[in-house]
Amino acid sequence: MKRYLATLLSGLLFGLGLAISEMVNPQKVLGFLDVSGSWDPSLMFVLGGALFVSVVTFRPITRMAKPVFDVDFRLPTSTAIDMKLIGGATLFGIGWGLVGYCPGPAIASLAYSQIESGIFLGAMVLGLYADRLYHRPTTVI
Amino acid sequence: MENFTPINSAIGGVLIGLSSTLFLWLNGRIVGISGIAGGLESLDRKEVTWRLLFLTGLIGGVAIYRMTGGTLHDIEIVSSIPVLMAAGLLTGLGTRMGNGCTSGHGICGLARLSPRSFVAVPIFLGIAVITFFLTRHVLGGLS
Repeated sequence: MKRYLATLLSGLLFGLGLAISEMVNPQKVLGFLDVSGSWDPSLMFVLGGALFVSVVTFRPITRMAKPVFDVDFRLPTSTAIDMKLIGGATLFGIGWGLVGYCPGPAIASLAYSQIESGIFLGAMVLGLYADRLYHRPTTVI
Repeated sequence: MENFTPINSAIGGVLIGLSSTLFLWLNGRIVGISGIAGGLESLDRKEVTWRLLFLTGLIGGVAIYRMTGGTLHDIEIVSSIPVLMAAGLLTGLGTRMGNGCTSGHGICGLARLSPRSFVAVPIFLGIAVITFFLTRHVLGGLS
């Protein structure tokens, strides 16, 4: 139960952060990408503010024996710099540059129930699960 | 730079940093939105429950801010439907392939000093800037 409350609270804080920083608005993100036009550096301050906190807190937390409400940390272990990583980042970059939505704001925008965001989100979900067309999940209950 | 909002951006950023901190400290997991959404296909009910809870909070956070009168512009999307679909598809495919997006690689990965994130973040940021430049300034407003 505590674990679920912590999850909900983390999600709420993230959503509030996206709202206050206006990152839910793709125009705000595109303003940052428009380096040759009327550049809006706001996104850098969002990333900077977030990193300011996480850079300080992550190290002591990951040195703990276990997280407060769970039995162990589940952190990505891969260190491979491969074509999947580079290709994936490239495809995502193209998608991000076209509309100005990354996954967090795209999902958070459901708070607006706007048709355009819904179209983007639907396509994004298709993309997220597209590899399952040829590779089925093997997780067993 | 008329739209520049450094203070609100920094406050929002700090909240996002606190969200990642809280989740790692309490539950031992990374806040990566594409990963959280991508894992919804899991057949394990507990896995699906926490993922849905996080995303509910994410949407709820924005909704609460709007309802409490937070100054928030309406979302403006100028892209056409085919561009929206293509961009969404590329974002889903790319974040799955590269195992992360702006939150997982950009905030948590960089903070964990993950070498993969130090490669991924400059690539997706750089490609996004180039894509924007090509579609809006060179190809004359392909949106």
